[in-house]
Amino acid sequence: MSRVTQNKTEPGNRRRSFGDFIEASLPKLVVAPTFVITLIFIYGYIFLNGWLSFTKSRMLPKYKWAGTIQYERLFDNDRWWVAAKNLAIFGGLFIVICLALGLLLAILLDQRVRAEGAIRTIYLYPMALSFIVTGTAWKWILNPGLGLEKLVRDLGFESFSFDWLVDPEMAIYTVVIAGVWQASGFVMALFLAGLRGVDDSIIKAAQVDGASLPKIYWRIIIPSLRPVFFSALIILTHIAIKSFDLVIALTGGGPGYASDVPATFMYTFAFTRGQVGLGAASSMMMLAAVAAIIVPYLYSELRGKNHD
Amino acid sequence: MIGKFIRTALGMVLAIGIGSSSFAGEVEVLHYWTSGGEARSVAELKRLLEARGHTWKDMAVAGGGGESAATVLKSRVLAGNPPTAAQIKGPSIQEWGDEDVLASLNSVAEKNKWDDLLPRVVADVMKYDGDYVAVPVNVHRVNWMWVNPAVFEKAGATIPTTWDEFFVAADKIKAAGLIPVAHGGQAWQDATVFESVVLATGGAEFYRKAFVNLDSAALNSDTMVKSFETLRKIKSYTDKDAPGRDWNLATSMVINGKAGMQFMGDWAKGEFTAAGKAPGKDYECLPAPGTAGAFTFNIDSFIIFEGDDESSEAREAFAATIMEPEFQEVFNLNKGSIPARLNMPRDKFDSCAHDSMDTFVSSAKEGTLVPSMAHGMSTYGSVQGAIYDVVTEFYNSDTSATDAAKKLASGVQASRY
Repeated sequence: MSRVTQNKTEPGNRRRSFGDFIEASLPKLVVAPTFVITLIFIYGYIFLNGWLSFTKSRMLPKYKWAGTIQYERLFDNDRWWVAAKNLAIFGGLFIVICLALGLLLAILLDQRVRAEGAIRTIYLYPMALSFIVTGTAWKWILNPGLGLEKLVRDLGFESFSFDWLVDPEMAIYTVVIAGVWQASGFVMALFLAGLRGVDDSIIKAAQVDGASLPKIYWRIIIPSLRPVFFSALIILTHIAIKSFDLVIALTGGGPGYASDVPATFMYTFAFTRGQVGLGAASSMMMLAAVAAIIVPYLYSELRGKNHD
Repeated sequence: MIGKFIRTALGMVLAIGIGSSSFAGEVEVLHYWTSGGEARSVAELKRLLEARGHTWKDMAVAGGGGESAATVLKSRVLAGNPPTAAQIKGPSIQEWGDEDVLASLNSVAEKNKWDDLLPRVVADVMKYDGDYVAVPVNVHRVNWMWVNPAVFEKAGATIPTTWDEFFVAADKIKAAGLIPVAHGGQAWQDATVFESVVLATGGAEFYRKAFVNLDSAALNSDTMVKSFETLRKIKSYTDKDAPGRDWNLATSMVINGKAGMQFMGDWAKGEFTAAGKAPGKDYECLPAPGTAGAFTFNIDSFIIFEGDDESSEAREAFAATIMEPEFQEVFNLNKGSIPARLNMPRDKFDSCAHDSMDTFVSSAKEGTLVPSMAHGMSTYGSVQGAIYDVVTEFYNSDTSATDAAKKLASGVQASRY
């Protein structure tokens, strides 16, 4: 018996372990092209962009090292600081309101209402629109002479005014409104899925203990949605940083440049004005800002998972 | 032996084939004239070029200001595959010249005597290091004021020729319940109005010092402060909904009698014509107050890239065709501008164009022919952008005029390389 086994394994040993080798490395092989492409086209180009931010590139890229002059120019530029402040305002408000609103809508929908499917679709629908459509539609709605203000005034309230769109101080908040309208339905869908995944037995146990519904939600269900918060935050952050088309369609940068964001700043300077070096520096700053938030969060969330 | 014969015959046929095709080249043209009248004009150029036996390969990139077209052009040049010609204007021609990719058009220019057909100021824009590298297509005048006389009659105001008269007339129109100035709140429109104000307040010499030579003393001077103050006063005569409005919507306000005046270049004439209005009757075209006799020019042009010797004939034909009277006339009739070529027959052009042509010639002689800052003719894109930022920020906030002038000087210096 053992001789047969030995015979089988001796020549077959190598072939089987070659097959094993293939089987074990098949996932790696399949993922390898994507990995290589990501490495080159994402990280490689990030590095290229970083290099450009240390050159004197103007209309076309030049690759000679020139030190940190672009960063000095960037920090001296008034418009950059307006853009950075706007990103903080827009990003912060957009993420917080979307999360809160999305969670609220999901909890309400979770109460087994009758037309849940239809309502869910209605709330989710804005996500299907492109930001250009959203921006243009809200531009018309918020236009003082054409939209909401005119409507309410025609209804009789002569002194109603809602001219945030043309007010340099308030223009960025209109971008928040349009962005929240678009994305909160999606966040609601994420949270709804998470809520549906919560274990019923825990809730029943809490109810047996006499906990009220709000307390159940606050103490048990919402903390168990941590992974969903994590995903929603990542997605919302990337939408907020990426919101170039929404700003362009809605305010075009706002009265003057009052609602400029780093994305529109980068595009204007790198492409329209032929200052590729400065644009590259501004996009490296955008990357740094995103990394400063996401990397610690990622680290804490994933480290926590490994511990469990 | 037969093989050798066949090979020789084949070689001869190929040589003849290649030889004959070098006379009919292909011209690939990158441009952003995609809207109605402009597209018709480009089709005209294509027809004329094809009549000379060359083929036209179109590369139209939509986007009014040419930003997308410029980006596409940059990527193609970087890839080593530039088109034959591209629609680039103003100091960008110098920037492209720096990249060492442009072909010299001196042979065509000498043969057709371009130096005699173009005013000196215009020819200088088309030259890099003394060589012709670009060919001008048209001349737009930017310092126009478009007026609806009916609105003035209703308000009992007279059409102004100086800024003081302007404020009197604007007050009367405002009192009559109409909007004195139709304006679109976009950076380039703010800058268009501002440069006319600067030209009027400081004159052509000051304008050149500030916007062409970028002299800090001129940029941060009392004249500049005064110009900013005038700009703010003009703003008080525009309506509340101005921010973000497109220029043609502002023109329609004048056409419909809702507003009395608009400060815009001569492309606005196309809107009036399309609405069936006649100059002198339904609308008047006048130089912006204080700029009579001065001409702020915006010239569209094509640069031509270096290529192989085979298509040099086609390239030269392209450049020559653009400067010819036939194309210049048809193109400019369709677009609303005036020909870049001097001494053209003028019977087909309307009264506003005649005024433009006369002032073009006289201002070239008197030294009041200035490049438009707002339309990228006087400085590089980076400097123009810095000026835009200061002007539009001033327009949309309550920054003081003295602070704005200071920011203008420092912003311009920071954006120069």
